[in-house]
Amino acid sequence: MGVAAASGANAAKLDDVKAKGFIQCGVSQGLPGFSNPDSAGNWSGLDVDYCRAMAAAIFDDPQAVKFTPLSAKERFTALQSGEVDVLSRNTTWTMSRDTQLGLNFAGVNYYDGQGFMVRKSLGVTSALELSGARICTNTGTTTELNVADYFRANNMPYEIVAFEKADEVVQAYDAKRCDVYTTDASGLYAQRLKLTNPGEHMVLPEIISKEPLGPVVQQGDDQWFNIAKWVHFAQVNAEELGVTSANVDEMKNSDNPSIKRMLGAEGAFGEAVGLSNDWAYRIIKHVGNYGEMFERNVGPDTPLGISRGLNALWSQGGLQYAPPIR
Amino acid sequence: MAVQEQELVGKPPRASLVNDPKVRGIFYQVVLVAAVAYIGWEIVHNTIINLEKRNIAAGFGFLETTAGFGIIQSLVEYSEVSSYGRALLVGIFNTIAVAAVGIIMATIIGFIVGIARLSNNWVISKLAYCYIEILRNIPLLLQIFFWYFAALRAVPDSRSEPLSLFGVMFLNIGGLWMPKPIYESGSSIVVGALIAGIVLAFIVKRWAHKRQMATGQQFPVFWTAFGLIIGLPVIAYLVTGMPISLEHPEFVHEGPILRRGFQIGIGTNVIPEFIALLLALSFYTASFIAEIVRAGIQAVSHGQTEAAHALGIRHGPTLRLVIIPQAMRVIIPPLTSQYLNLTKNSSLAVAIAYPDLVSVGGTVLNQTGQAIEVIGIWMLVYLSLSLATSAFMNWYNQRMALVER
Amino acid sequence: MTDMTDLSYVRTTDAQAKPAPVSTSGIVGWMRRNLFSSIPNTILTLIGVWLAYSIFAPIINFAFINAVWTGDNRDACLAQNVGREVGACWPYVEAYFPQFIYGRYPVEERYRVDIVYLLFALLIVPMLIPTVPGKRINALLLLVAFPIISFILLVGGYFGLPVVETSQWGGLLVTLVIAITGITVSLPIGILLALGRRSDMPIVRLLSVIFIEFWRGVPLITVLFMASVMLPLFLPEGVTFDKLMRVLIGVTLFSSAYMAEVVRGGLQAIPSGQYEGAQALGLRFWQMMRLIILPQALKLVIPGIVGTFIGLFKDTTLVLIVGMFDLLGQVQSSFTDPTWSSPSQSHTGYLFAAVIFWIFCFGMSRYSLFMEKKLHTGHKR
Repeated sequence: MGVAAASGANAAKLDDVKAKGFIQCGVSQGLPGFSNPDSAGNWSGLDVDYCRAMAAAIFDDPQAVKFTPLSAKERFTALQSGEVDVLSRNTTWTMSRDTQLGLNFAGVNYYDGQGFMVRKSLGVTSALELSGARICTNTGTTTELNVADYFRANNMPYEIVAFEKADEVVQAYDAKRCDVYTTDASGLYAQRLKLTNPGEHMVLPEIISKEPLGPVVQQGDDQWFNIAKWVHFAQVNAEELGVTSANVDEMKNSDNPSIKRMLGAEGAFGEAVGLSNDWAYRIIKHVGNYGEMFERNVGPDTPLGISRGLNALWSQGGLQYAPPIR
Repeated sequence: MAVQEQELVGKPPRASLVNDPKVRGIFYQVVLVAAVAYIGWEIVHNTIINLEKRNIAAGFGFLETTAGFGIIQSLVEYSEVSSYGRALLVGIFNTIAVAAVGIIMATIIGFIVGIARLSNNWVISKLAYCYIEILRNIPLLLQIFFWYFAALRAVPDSRSEPLSLFGVMFLNIGGLWMPKPIYESGSSIVVGALIAGIVLAFIVKRWAHKRQMATGQQFPVFWTAFGLIIGLPVIAYLVTGMPISLEHPEFVHEGPILRRGFQIGIGTNVIPEFIALLLALSFYTASFIAEIVRAGIQAVSHGQTEAAHALGIRHGPTLRLVIIPQAMRVIIPPLTSQYLNLTKNSSLAVAIAYPDLVSVGGTVLNQTGQAIEVIGIWMLVYLSLSLATSAFMNWYNQRMALVER
Repeated sequence: MTDMTDLSYVRTTDAQAKPAPVSTSGIVGWMRRNLFSSIPNTILTLIGVWLAYSIFAPIINFAFINAVWTGDNRDACLAQNVGREVGACWPYVEAYFPQFIYGRYPVEERYRVDIVYLLFALLIVPMLIPTVPGKRINALLLLVAFPIISFILLVGGYFGLPVVETSQWGGLLVTLVIAITGITVSLPIGILLALGRRSDMPIVRLLSVIFIEFWRGVPLITVLFMASVMLPLFLPEGVTFDKLMRVLIGVTLFSSAYMAEVVRGGLQAIPSGQYEGAQALGLRFWQMMRLIILPQALKLVIPGIVGTFIGLFKDTTLVLIVGMFDLLGQVQSSFTDPTWSSPSQSHTGYLFAAVIFWIFCFGMSRYSLFMEKKLHTGHKR
C-alpha cells in the first residue's frame, strides 16, 4: 500500500477527474436495482451507488457523478476511449475481457449467476427438464454462450432467439414466443417486474454459470485502479466492522484500531492513493456500507426481493471478502 | 482589383498563373487530396495508437475462432462449434434470403396496388390510395414491431392447437410449419423434367412469336407452356414411382408441455422473425413501388391506349402488350433504388432477433470486441450487394431500352 | 285501290312514353358508372368493400369502440375488470404523454422545450407559405439564429439555465432534433458534393462520387453502429463526443449523400444557356452558382428535399437500436412499466406512435405535392 503513490506518469485520471469536478460513470440503460433512471432522470441502484461512493471519496459529494447509459455493445469502447472514467454496468469479469480489451476489473460488487425464468404453467421445476425449449435472451452477452454450453453438455435440443435490447426480450417472452427467459439471476428478478403478470412466472433453482459482476477501469493507470478497488473494499470492510452511515460519526472515536485506520483517524492511507485521509469516512457517511447499499437497492424489502446469498460477508457464509486496511 | 483595371484599359488579356483555370484546378485538387490524406492519416494514426494503448488485437484472425453461440435459422450448416467466420456467412445468407423473397413479394404487391390505383372502380382505386398513403408514411421499424409484437400475440402459442391453412400448412407463434420435400433416388429425373419443360416452353414461345410475325396466326403459348412446365414433371414423377415424398410437420398433443407442439427438425419451419420482417419489408416497399408503377403507366401517352383500342385490342392485352412495356422504361430506374432500399432496410432485422448479417455481426462484435473489423465486413457486404443489384438492374434496363423502336 | 287508303295512317293517339333513360347523374348514376358498370367490376367492388371492412373495422373497433378512455393504472384496461373485450388503453398514453413529447427532460425545465417548439413553429410556417414576404430574413432567422437559440435553450449552461444532459432528452424532442439538424446541416454539404460530382476537376469528382456512393450503399443502422462504437477509436485520446452528437454526425453524413443526389437532379435540370449566360456576364464560379444557378436549381428540388426529409424523419426511429430514446424508443421503453402493463398496452403505444409519425409525414408529403404543383406553373420545360 505504501508505494501506491509512486504511479508517476500514468497517474493522470485522478487529476483529470479532480480538474473537471465530477466522475463520468457508465451504467446500463435501465436495469431496476442496479442502474435505473426514474421518470425525473435520477439514477439509482447498486451500480449507481458504487459510482456515488467513488465521488464521495474524491469530492466528498455523492452527486458529483454524471451517468452515461451504455448498451452492452458500446460499454467497452466507451471505457477504452475515455468517454467514461469508470464502467459500473453489471459487467461479468472474464479472463478475455480482463486481458485482451485493455481493461482492469476492480472487484466484484455482486456475485451473480445465470438463471432461467419460466411460466409456472409449464410445470417445470428444474432446468434439466428444459429439453426442446425455446429460449429468449440478449445478444452479445456471455449468457448466449452459457446457454449453448449448458444445453450441449446436457445433450438437450433447444432454440435460441437473441434480441438486441432487454426490453424486446421481455416483450417477446411475454408474447409467448419463448418458453424460457435466461439472463443473470438478478436480471431475471428485475425484469420479472415488467411482465404483464409477474406472479405467473418463476425462476428455476439452477444457476448455470459464474457471473462475478463488478466495476471496470482502463488499464495503465494504477492509481485510478487502486481507488476503484479500495472504494469497494472500504464498503465491505465497513460492514464487517459494523460501521454504518448512521453510526459513522461516533465510530470515528472508536477504540478499535481497524476502524480508526479505516476512517482516517490513524495513519495516512488515503493520501497514499491521492485522496484525503477521511476518504472511507466520506463513502460511508454519504453512501453507506456494502450491506446498506445492498438492502436499499436489491434486498428482500425491495420489489426485487433478492436475499444476500453469495453476496453475504465471508463471515456469514457468503463470498464478500475484503483485504484489511493497514 | 488591379487585374480588372488592366483588362479595362484594353491590353491583350494575358491571364496570370493565378487566374488560369487549369492551374487553379490543379491547385484546388492538390489541396483537397492533401486534406483528405491528412484526415485519413489522422484517423488511422489515432486508431492505431488507441488500439495499441488498449491492447486490442487487430486483424481478421478471430474469424477462425469457435463462435460458441447458437443461431435460430441457418441456410448453411452451422452449429455452436463453428467459427465466427461461419456465423457471419450464415448472417449473409439470411440477409440475402429475406431480401430476395422480399423483393419478389414487394414487386408483386406493388404492381397490383399501382394498377389498382388507376382502376376505374372507385372503391378499388381509393383502397389502393389508402394503402399507399398509410404505409409509406409510417416508419418501417414501427411496422416491423407491429408485425412482430402485435401480430405475434394474435396467433396461438406454440404448445396449443395451431391455425391450419388448407390442412397442409400451420401457423402458430413458432412460425409457419410446412411439409418438407424428401428427395429419394430418381428425383433428379423429375427435376430434369422440370428444367426440360421450362426450356421447351421457352422454345415454343419463340417459335410461336416467329410464326405470328410471319403468318399472323396466334398460338396458345400460355396453355402450352403451362402444360409443359407442370405436365412433364408430373409424368416423370409418376413414371419414376413417386420418388419425392413430403414430410409433414408433426404436432404432439400429449406429454409434458415442453414436448408438445411441433417437433423441431420435422417438416419445414419458417421462423416468425423472418415472416414479420418479410411482411413489413414487402408491404412497406410495395407502397413506394405502387407509386412508381402508377407514375410509369401515367407517363405513357393516353393516345397509345386509344390507338390500341381503335385497333380492336381489348383492355387486358392493351395493358399487357402496349402500356406496360413502355411504362417499364420509366419504372425500372426508380424500381432499382427501391430494391436497394429494401436490401439495406433488411438490416432492421436486428430489432426483432432475425439473425441477419447485422444481428449476427453484432453478436460477434460483442464477443470479440473487434469493432473495426466487423463494421468493415458489414459495409463491404452491403456495398457489394448494392453494386450487384444495381449492375443487374442496369443490364435489365438496357435490355428493355432496346425494345424501343 | 282500296289498299292505298288503308296504308295511309294518321296516328290519332299519343305513343306510349319510353322508359326514362338510365340515370347518369346523382348518386345512383355515379355508382352505376363507377362501381357496377360490368359484372367483373361489380365483383371487384364487392371484394374491395369486403377488404376495406375487414381491415378498417377491427382498427376502428380497437381504437374507439372497445377502447378504454379513463383510468389510473392497468386495472382499468384489463378485460376481467372491464367485463368486455378491451381495445386501446388510452389513459396509458395520457399518463405517458409528457414523456413521449419531452423524454426524461426535467419537468421544471420543460418550458425551454416548449419555447423551442413555439419558435420553430413561428419561423417555419411563414417559411412554408409562398405568399408571405421576407423569405430571406426568415431563412436567416430559421437557419442561423434558431439553431443557436435552441441549442442554448435545450442544452443550457448559459444565462443561468441549468445544464440538461442529452441523455435525458427523449421522445418527440429527440426525433425532431435529429431530423431537423440532419437536414439543415446536410443541405450545404449536399450542395457542395453535388457541385463536386459535376465538377471538371477529376479528383474532386472522383472523391465526391466515392463519398456519395459509399454512404448510399450502406444501411443507416450500420452507420449508427459505426458512429456509436467506432467513432471513439478514431479520435485522439481525451476527445470525446456526446452520444447524441455522434448519432447526429452519422445521420448527417448519411443524409448529405442523399441530399447531394437530389441537388444534382436540380442542377441537371438547369439549361446550359443559364451557365453560359452567367459566364458571358463575367461572373466567377461562386457568383454564378450563388446568383444564377443555385436559386433556380434549389427551387426545383424543394419537393425532393421534402422527400429526403420525410425519409430522414422516419429513419430517426433507428436510433432506438443504438440505445437512444426517440419517440418510438420512448414508447417502447414505457411498455416495461408494471403500472400500465396490460395485453393491449403495446398495441396502443404503437398505434399512438404510428398516428404521430403519420400526421407529420403525410402533412409534409401533401406540402411537397402542393409545391410541386405550384412550381409546375412556371417555365417548366
